[in-house]
Amino acid sequence: MNMIEVKNLTKKFAEVSAVDSVTFNVTKGEVFGLLGPNGAGKTTTIRMLCCLISKTSGEARIAGYSIGNSADSLAIRKLIGLVPDNIGLYEELTAYENLDYYGKLYECPEAQRKERIEYFLKMMDLWDKRDQPINDFSKGMKQKVAISRALIHDPKLLFFDEPTANLDPESAKVVRDFILKLKKEGKTIFINTHNLDEAQRICDRIGILKTKLLAVNTPEQLEKTVWGNIRTVIQVEQITDPILAAVRKLNPKDLSVEGNNLILTLTDPQKENPDFVQQIVSAGGRILNVTQLNPGLEETYIKVIQETK
Amino acid sequence: MRLSKAWIVASKDFKTFTKRKSILYTIIYFEVIVSIGLPLLMRFVVSRNNKVSVGSYLPTLLDAFSFLYVIGAALAPLGIASYSLIGEKVQKSLEPLLATPTTDEEILAGKSIAAFLPAIVANYIGALIFTVLMDLFTYSTLKSLYFPNSNFAIILFLLAPLACILSVGYNILVSSKVNDVRSAYQFGTLILVPLGAVYLLSELKVFSLTTGIMLIIAAVLAVTDGIVFYLVKTTFRREEILTKWK
Repeated sequence: MNMIEVKNLTKKFAEVSAVDSVTFNVTKGEVFGLLGPNGAGKTTTIRMLCCLISKTSGEARIAGYSIGNSADSLAIRKLIGLVPDNIGLYEELTAYENLDYYGKLYECPEAQRKERIEYFLKMMDLWDKRDQPINDFSKGMKQKVAISRALIHDPKLLFFDEPTANLDPESAKVVRDFILKLKKEGKTIFINTHNLDEAQRICDRIGILKTKLLAVNTPEQLEKTVWGNIRTVIQVEQITDPILAAVRKLNPKDLSVEGNNLILTLTDPQKENPDFVQQIVSAGGRILNVTQLNPGLEETYIKVIQETK
Repeated sequence: MRLSKAWIVASKDFKTFTKRKSILYTIIYFEVIVSIGLPLLMRFVVSRNNKVSVGSYLPTLLDAFSFLYVIGAALAPLGIASYSLIGEKVQKSLEPLLATPTTDEEILAGKSIAAFLPAIVANYIGALIFTVLMDLFTYSTLKSLYFPNSNFAIILFLLAPLACILSVGYNILVSSKVNDVRSAYQFGTLILVPLGAVYLLSELKVFSLTTGIMLIIAAVLAVTDGIVFYLVKTTFRREEILTKWK
């Protein structure tokens, strides 16, 4: 089931396109990451999907509700939780008061509200600080409260806009681990991020946006699509002619030898690697190491973005 | 529009104001000066002058002072209204607020209630103190209780709320254009100019603040309130707030 369905979604400010004819789907329980440079339209996309700003054209549905329909907007906003790039908490109010306020706005009954505030503040290790004004909190602590705020009404779909931006590594890890926990709970999560490592670790699928959606796929498939074949390096104790002959029998796309490394170009390494390993071992080879020469998401991303220039 | 939602927004603002003493002072200081300072001044004047001569101009003076409650009603919400929206802008809390299932009208109503209610309550408490003290200090000269009277009732229950609403609406408009509370407050005080002009012209005897004149002023204020809140409604739209409010 699709939680988010986007078809030719476009947003123009005056005559400038911020988001141009974007199409993608996000299935229930999926973590979808949107990558893109500054000004690529990531925040605008989230804002449109959260019914904060209008679309210029195209269609988008959240759990079946249309974002262009004002009657559906309230229903959508009840279903979603948003963690914006700016934390946006009330500095004079305590952590508890901030969450209580949003609990009321999200129409949570009092008992449920109290229970959930206690649950989140305890989980975030902030229960002892519940009566302290937000003003006294560190950035990481504030981000934890902001995430709790987005979850206070138990939303089905969560939008994170740069959730770990400006956080120290330890706080960023806490946030990432929490997102993974939410994923395990079956929440559908949509993340805007600059952090490619984070995207690779958290996201099931990734979209690369630069006003237009340039690519959408799983991180692995994205690399494969962008780079074509992938190279595998098999380090053998000693490369002999029978070993080379055995490897050639499997018809790799390309084969080269560098020292005691066999460098193979393969279409589907996960499928083909075991066959090559077996052939080498059968030919009397002793394998020391098998490595994939992975270009990585960062290089893939840069290649996709540069191709648009 | 659900008033319960507006009330949630207003209640949060009330809570914030109690923690920001500087905002509370902006409501109180004018009321203290007018409600306690002026009666004390009047007591001093009455005690220093011949009762007959004072008695002849006392009603005019009391009527003039009464009009200050219209100006006070416009002045009192400035601090709150400025902070209410600029505070959200500075803390960047508008985006998560707008992402909740709350309509623009409910948020706007909440913000307006948060500015209007404390201001008008402070104005009424001040007026009550003013009434009691003025009657106390002028009874021996006038031989009757001057307050309450019909003109003061029009001021308190018609002109003051209308002036307060105008000030709230105008300040929301100003807050959408500026980025700090002080600027919003300073621009906001411009709303006092026409009210101050009315006061001054009545003091200069260009016209008297008779019941008829006050009803005309009330009508003008009501129409202006309508225009200002129409403009506020067109300004207070989530897309406008997120993309144009800087």
